[in-house]
Amino acid sequence: MAKDLKEVKNIDEIKDLGWDELIPGAALFSFTEPVEDVVEVPAEERPYAPTNSHEWQVGDWRVEKPVYNRDLCIDCQFCWVFCPDISILSRDKKMIGVIYEHCKGCGICVEVCPTNPKSLLMFPEHMENEEALSQWPKKEEKK
Amino acid sequence: MAKKYELNEIEVWDGNMAAAHALRQAQVDIVAAYPITPSTPIVQNYSKFLADGYVDGEFIMVESEHSAMSGCVAASAAGVRAATATSSQGFALMAEVLYQASGMRLPIVLTVVNRALAAPLNVNGDHSDMYLGRDAGWINLCSYNPQEAYDLTLMAFKIGEDLNVRLPVMVHQDGFICSHTAQNVRPLQDEEAHEFVGEYKPVNTMLDVANPVTHGVQTEEDWHFEHKARQHNDLMNSFGTIKKIFNEFKERTGRTYDLVYTYKMDDADVAIFALGTTVESARIAADKMREKGVKAGVVSLRVFRPFPFKEVAEALSNVKAVAAMDRSAPGGTFGALFNEISAAMLAHGKSPIVLNYIYGLGGRDTTIDMLKGVYEDLDKCAKAGEAVVPMQQFLGLRGPKLSFY
Repeated sequence: MAKDLKEVKNIDEIKDLGWDELIPGAALFSFTEPVEDVVEVPAEERPYAPTNSHEWQVGDWRVEKPVYNRDLCIDCQFCWVFCPDISILSRDKKMIGVIYEHCKGCGICVEVCPTNPKSLLMFPEHMENEEALSQWPKKEEKK
Repeated sequence: MAKKYELNEIEVWDGNMAAAHALRQAQVDIVAAYPITPSTPIVQNYSKFLADGYVDGEFIMVESEHSAMSGCVAASAAGVRAATATSSQGFALMAEVLYQASGMRLPIVLTVVNRALAAPLNVNGDHSDMYLGRDAGWINLCSYNPQEAYDLTLMAFKIGEDLNVRLPVMVHQDGFICSHTAQNVRPLQDEEAHEFVGEYKPVNTMLDVANPVTHGVQTEEDWHFEHKARQHNDLMNSFGTIKKIFNEFKERTGRTYDLVYTYKMDDADVAIFALGTTVESARIAADKMREKGVKAGVVSLRVFRPFPFKEVAEALSNVKAVAAMDRSAPGGTFGALFNEISAAMLAHGKSPIVLNYIYGLGGRDTTIDMLKGVYEDLDKCAKAGEAVVPMQQFLGLRGPKLSFY
């Protein structure tokens, strides 16, 4: 039978697996061991299996990045809900920031941000976040 | 617990009723179905069994065959036994999801009542749908009468769910000729049938929340090839399991099944190679030809996929001429059976004359007289040592003769 992918600790090991070592059925495990009450376990403490999509990073696809402004955020969690890559870091319903390893720069978080001005905005990939924050636009007056 | 259905030793069932009873006795957990002629009575009977308390599972009424197979895929991935039935256009609509089921290695059972594909619209039988799905990675079993439809449907669960196989299985029967023709069927009693099929063994289920698993993942160039290789390997190696289960069934019922079905082939010079109900007519035609001194035989398949290459070549190893009977529009080439058995024999160093007959499309009758005509053609070729009739002919077609090559 197939090598148990749960035993694989390093993502590079998967690349060396032969066809006869894969789990049949295009099935991938999420964790290397059972996790109880996974919602309560912070992402960094979860025993992600190398096959979990958490381990596959698409950050290098990005040409523009979302920058997050804590001063304007109302913690509505829209960005967290809508992010297709679970790249928004949230703790106890408080926004903390963006996981740039996973964010592929789609801009959906910016689109759904309801504040005025928005508390997430897209900036060029090469710009430092401090510089981006210093350029933040002012509140738009209603016409 | 479902009620026991009292069955006589011999029941008079058509192919649809036979298949429906097999699904009931296997105690399928989920049947998601959208009825389509001529397979409608399978799910109709099944839902009646369920309404009357003879089934424990769920019946999901969906809005299309695409959803029916999707429901089965979801249920099977979640960890239960799933089955459905379809024909023709419905089968075509399922086509996309058939590949999901086999790629995800879900042992779903699909009872296919073979019917022509439109246009023109036709509810009658031919093998167009079987040929459409032959590369979908499913195990394909072929039955020729209601008894076999019943037997093979029961065995389909056991074959697909075997831990060395874990692949979906189709059981084919001919539309109307088998599905609507009542014949004597010797069923197993409920306990015995269920004991034979066994309890469902879930593997890597989605509802096992302690061990989360993602099904049908995206793999791209990284892994797709390896997954497909593994699927093909397990399909090609399923012959052993299929034979084992055929044997177990024989021990229980005395009814013999094998990968390739042969009739009077020991000394045959000429053979008809066919699928479906035509096999039984061909047997009678062979008998009649033998009365005239022609050594005629019949070869057929129980297992269309995986294709028993070696057994087919062996069965035909001593014939001088063979007719590949394709009950599907050839679509610009020789029929599929012609190609497969020609390849099988060529690969084994045999080169008898192979003729291709396209017959019975859209339910057109194929009589014993017509099949005798096929044997006569074969006999002529066998005696001449070469193809003295066209390689591809249309059997029972109105108007001028249609033939090619």
